[in-house]
Amino acid sequence: MTKPSKVLIIGSGPIIIGQAAEFDYAGTQACKAMREEGVTSVLVNSNPATIMTDEGIADIIYIEPLTVDMVTRIIERERPDGLLPTLGGQTGLNLAVDLADAGVLDKYKVKSLGTSIQTIRNAEDRELFKQLLINIGEPVPESQTVNNLKEARKVAKKIGLPVVIRPAYTLGGTGGGFATTWKELDKAATAGLAASPIHQILLEESVAGWKEIEYEVMRDGADNCITICNMENIDPMGVHTGDSIVVAPSQTLTNKEYQMLRTASLKIIRALGVEGGCNIQFALDPNSNDYYVIEVNPRVSRSSALASKATGYPIARVAAKIAVGKRLDEIPNAVTGKTMASFEPALDYLVVKIPRWPFDKFASGDRVLSTQMKATGEVMAIDRCFEAALQKAIRSLEFSNRSLLWENPKWELGTNINSYPLEPNDLRLWAIMAALRRGITTEEIVRLTKIDLWFIDKLQNIIDMEKQLLSQPLTPELLRQAKRFGFSDEQIGTLADRLPEQVRQLRRNWQIRPVYKMVDTCAAEFDAGTPYFYSTYEQENEAEPLKGNKAVVIGSGPIRIGQGIEFDYCSVHSAWALQESGYKSIMINSNPETVSTDFDTSDRLYFEALDEESLRDILENESETEFSSNACPSIVQFGGQTAINLAEPLSRNGMPLLGSSAEAIDLAEDRRRFENFLGELGIPQPPGAGVTSVDEALGVAKLIGYPVLVRPSYVLGGRAMEIVHDTSELIRYMKLAIELDTKHPILIDKYLEGKEVEVDAIGDGETILIPGIMEHIERAGVHSGDSMAVYPGVNLTEPEIETIVDYTIRIGLALKIKGLMNIQFVIMPSATSPSVYVLEVNPRASRTIPFISKLTGVPIVNVATKVMLGKSLKEQGYSTGLWKRQNLVGIKAPVFSMSKLIGVDTYLGPEMKSTGEVMGIDYTFDAALAKTLLAAGLMLAPQGAILFSIADRDKPEALPIIRQFAKAGYKLYATEGTAAMIEAVGLPVKMVSKKLSEGHPNIIDIINEGTVNGLVNTITGGRTQLQDGFQIRRAATEKHIPCFTSLDTARAAAEALVNGSQSYNAQPLPDYRQKEPA
Amino acid sequence: MAKRVILVLEDGSVYEGYSFGAEADAYGEVVFNTSMVGYQEMLTDPSYAGQIVVPTYPLIGNYGVNEQDFESKRIQVRGFVVREECLEPNHYLSTKTIHEYLAESGIPAIYGVDTRAITRRLRSSGVMTGMITSDKTPQQVLEELKSLPSYGSVDFARQVTTDAPYEWEPDQPDADSSYHIIVLDCGLKYTILRMMSRYGCQTTVVPCTMSAEKILKLKPDGIILSPGPGNPELLDYIVDTVKKLVGKKPIMGICMGNQLIARAFGAKTFKLKFGHRGVNHPVRDLSDGRIHITAQNHGYATDPDSLKDGLEVSHINLNDGTVEGLRHKELPIFSIQYHSEASPGPLDNSYLFEKFLEMMKGNKAEV
Repeated sequence: MTKPSKVLIIGSGPIIIGQAAEFDYAGTQACKAMREEGVTSVLVNSNPATIMTDEGIADIIYIEPLTVDMVTRIIERERPDGLLPTLGGQTGLNLAVDLADAGVLDKYKVKSLGTSIQTIRNAEDRELFKQLLINIGEPVPESQTVNNLKEARKVAKKIGLPVVIRPAYTLGGTGGGFATTWKELDKAATAGLAASPIHQILLEESVAGWKEIEYEVMRDGADNCITICNMENIDPMGVHTGDSIVVAPSQTLTNKEYQMLRTASLKIIRALGVEGGCNIQFALDPNSNDYYVIEVNPRVSRSSALASKATGYPIARVAAKIAVGKRLDEIPNAVTGKTMASFEPALDYLVVKIPRWPFDKFASGDRVLSTQMKATGEVMAIDRCFEAALQKAIRSLEFSNRSLLWENPKWELGTNINSYPLEPNDLRLWAIMAALRRGITTEEIVRLTKIDLWFIDKLQNIIDMEKQLLSQPLTPELLRQAKRFGFSDEQIGTLADRLPEQVRQLRRNWQIRPVYKMVDTCAAEFDAGTPYFYSTYEQENEAEPLKGNKAVVIGSGPIRIGQGIEFDYCSVHSAWALQESGYKSIMINSNPETVSTDFDTSDRLYFEALDEESLRDILENESETEFSSNACPSIVQFGGQTAINLAEPLSRNGMPLLGSSAEAIDLAEDRRRFENFLGELGIPQPPGAGVTSVDEALGVAKLIGYPVLVRPSYVLGGRAMEIVHDTSELIRYMKLAIELDTKHPILIDKYLEGKEVEVDAIGDGETILIPGIMEHIERAGVHSGDSMAVYPGVNLTEPEIETIVDYTIRIGLALKIKGLMNIQFVIMPSATSPSVYVLEVNPRASRTIPFISKLTGVPIVNVATKVMLGKSLKEQGYSTGLWKRQNLVGIKAPVFSMSKLIGVDTYLGPEMKSTGEVMGIDYTFDAALAKTLLAAGLMLAPQGAILFSIADRDKPEALPIIRQFAKAGYKLYATEGTAAMIEAVGLPVKMVSKKLSEGHPNIIDIINEGTVNGLVNTITGGRTQLQDGFQIRRAATEKHIPCFTSLDTARAAAEALVNGSQSYNAQPLPDYRQKEPA
Repeated sequence: MAKRVILVLEDGSVYEGYSFGAEADAYGEVVFNTSMVGYQEMLTDPSYAGQIVVPTYPLIGNYGVNEQDFESKRIQVRGFVVREECLEPNHYLSTKTIHEYLAESGIPAIYGVDTRAITRRLRSSGVMTGMITSDKTPQQVLEELKSLPSYGSVDFARQVTTDAPYEWEPDQPDADSSYHIIVLDCGLKYTILRMMSRYGCQTTVVPCTMSAEKILKLKPDGIILSPGPGNPELLDYIVDTVKKLVGKKPIMGICMGNQLIARAFGAKTFKLKFGHRGVNHPVRDLSDGRIHITAQNHGYATDPDSLKDGLEVSHINLNDGTVEGLRHKELPIFSIQYHSEASPGPLDNSYLFEKFLEMMKGNKAEV
């Protein structure tokens, strides 16, 4: 084939469940590969919090909505001759198919590279795929696609229950399910049909309980095929692989089984004709060599990112090179530097991946795991035995104090196995441990969970070690064995009745220290130069301390709500800034999806848990020279709350930090100290206090008056934050909060319902640079991570801006910030002088850093890292104050994954719920807003109907919004009270019943039947009443129509509808900053 | 806790671990294998005669030992060195643990060893002899190793070959090639026989000491020269046999068979620094440029510059460029340095057996 000269790469858009940072990793690798191959890359993605959308990664960058219309305009403008559809997850794949269907690819002669559109169809269309497998003699479970519920029932009868329901063209198994009863079938089939964009589902014979095995396969244009890695799901068939605990390589397969499935994988990738990477999933009978092919992803995927990190083999990079015509034997193996990409990695360790579920935030969510993925992120750990890899992975999850010793106080634990929650759920692993601990046999566990006995035996080994630590004196031999099994010092301390620090001291005395071994793709057969290490307790250490100036960047761990990909973006940029400044960068992180854990991002990568023990071990390993005074410093500002929380323990142990001191960090995060600090500066904040008891809380609330905002200190993503309206609610909240965490106080503040504004700033002790001010569209009370934010603050007055800048500079100087800080303000309406209050200060990078960096052009992380290394802002060419306002408008909108989280209420509040974000950018507010809504999936159709159900106290404010919709020609539907109000002002409205029990059509029917295109529903406040609207909001979510729970968002959507969205631009990101509007 | 034992290498390095399998001392050439599965096949592969094998994959014995995956009738390695042995295997076919299998065969093994450190040592210093011992000091071991015969000086093929000819019990064939094949046993793996019989062939195994005349009297349609252990320079008696078979019948050489064919045509062989042992070696077929992932187990290789008399390189290793296959320009002879029967390893190379079947077909047509 002829090499293309210009290639369009489609990104995966916002982070949602099923599509996380792995596609930033894949896209970034692909862009680098294009550059190496001399091919111009054009990238389009709507997600600003990505490395791939950075200037310098792709040649031409568009941050625009991923719609057919927009991408068509980009193709028209750029005229690429190739398209890479396989790097943007399901979003990229679907968009490529849509572009082909719309005739765009043909019209502009754009060739789909690597994987043809027909191949995508063959793999994605259930019926075509099944036929292809049958043609090549590969076994498939009995199945049939159906297009409606009636057919579904008929087919299910033929196959026999239980059946699996899989919707066509969805990601992360959205809308999928499993039915063992006819009632479940009706429910799951209905949901599946709704979730599929083509309203098609597949009913499939169930092989629940079989082993689930995956292979990552590569093929080049000359038909050379290799497998990179296989993986075994510890959770057998029935749980989505994204929700399964996975181990690589497979542990329980014989050579024959391994090769049988490997051979099938090669046969399938050849039949599909994929040129690049492909993921193939199998179900294998544990009692025979029968197997079925379950699924194929003809693209890079979450599994391929995991396989890349598990093996060191850069799948996306190689796939991209294959797509532009390279053969496997022409691509060097970047790890060994000596061999070629045409080999199969050999591992001499194993990895364990554990998903990170959001149920710590969504306590009401349905925790049962099935074919619908629910995890937001994942962690990986590497070691030389299963017990240690598993326990390190659990440490990496960063659930405070939840080692394998943890037991849910709500469980009724005893000798009755049925009392343990052993059905697939996020806590099953801990339930199994609890059961084994109480003498329930491994065989019993296997009988109920169908998990392979091999894994359960390993868990039993951990239990046996626990018992030894409890009952025997702690000898060097026992301690070494416990460390080999991955027990943390803290766990050992708990069991052997010592403080963690005492265990560490014993380790020091007895010379029990981890060694670091290399991930080299070849099991040490060749001398490799990869700087990629993991810890283990063995004889030989391969990670000699790096020589010269160096610093550690502490990463942000698994992606979770409140701590997303933006912190990986920051970590990566910090590592690069270190290198620019002549420092060696050392990255520590536990998340396999990310760019930061790509082995060539830093000078050295430690794939490790982000806790005190592992950090100190690594820092000692890096410092232990004859001149041990030369300690390696750490950067804690870029890895979100994970990294900043490590400032205190590192500092306490004499390990130096770069940037703001641990003292400054504590001053900002400790409520009482911070209150005094602001008081001394004369900067107002909402009245409030930190309390530790119910009585104290009631006293404070009485003093400042309801409503109040309550939250634990040391928060992450507004976890457990609530607006409380009365005494009884406050008592309920306090009781729960104290039960969950007794270490830190609870904060109570007066809830100010004003305009929310935030700034990010860089300080060096003398100069405070504010790159930009962002104004939230939703008023205070909606978590800043769930708010739409606008740059520059278009509605802010000059005095307001001046006050914000003044406060920021004073706070930054007084805190002696070296590096970054983020401040959130609330502005209360005032006739005279502005009343600006400080809500909180975070002495670290915030989630808006990539957004504001891209809009202003200030490379914030780079500048801040250099400040930390001692290069002042002045030396870098910056001065105190607000950076020049750009002639553009950028809007960030949150994106939610609610359709995947059954049982979770979707209303916006002080608790963060979104999983990702999009950015819309243009020269005017209206155009930027339209793009943002389009990218976030909140843009309403030009014509349609909308349903209102508004709380009484919001009714006056809702009226102008309702008028807007009427003006736009929208049909209005409303529930009783709201309808009465609309009628009273003379607008036509159709009333629908809110009461679900009183006949049809009720409000749920209106939503389910597709009568309305959107829903505006405000909550009445108070947890007890929330249930009324809950089902309505869930219905909208499951129907995939926008549901606005904040009037501010609804107002924005209405404005976009009225003001029209036809006139927005499609141009590369830097052009908005550098060029005048055309 | 199990008994402490040590592995001492010729260069004086010492690795501590615990005993499993038989409680005995053993010495041999220490080699590593990078395959992540297939320890049962490795243990019973006669090409490991005289060697202590270190699998680089740390968890060994996970699926036990079964009745289907033996590659010969006994364990062939002298000793086995693992990071962790599985005490509680789980697999529906498993009949015993790897510990039980090693113990009943009298083969000592060590677990709890830093196998990656050993591998790195062998990679940088080359393979060397070593000893597993429970009661000797490293100093004593080093003394003793000096007095023991070196690996390269022992004819292992003669030790592992079959005593008498036998016919392989045919499997249910998938194809109906009805050729009669003689397999000259220098240390063959059963899967070669299993595969040929699945093609429908009748397979007779003969000792590596059998003369060419006797072999030809059995009226074979083709001859396979099997893999086997040790130094090919010591096998001139087999090379003589091969010389007499050349041109008489189609010949396929596998692994040692490749080296025997090379030597029969006057080429040289040499010892590699640390050999090729694993299931992930990329090999280029020079006839079409295609890459194949291959299973390998060899410590010696053919010197390509010494090839003559119509023999030429057909395959090369992409990692180090060494010779991985030979063919004759005119005669129906070809050979590969890797294992088309895999076991353990990828099944990508069975096409070579089919090529051999084609060769026999062509040869029959000519006759």
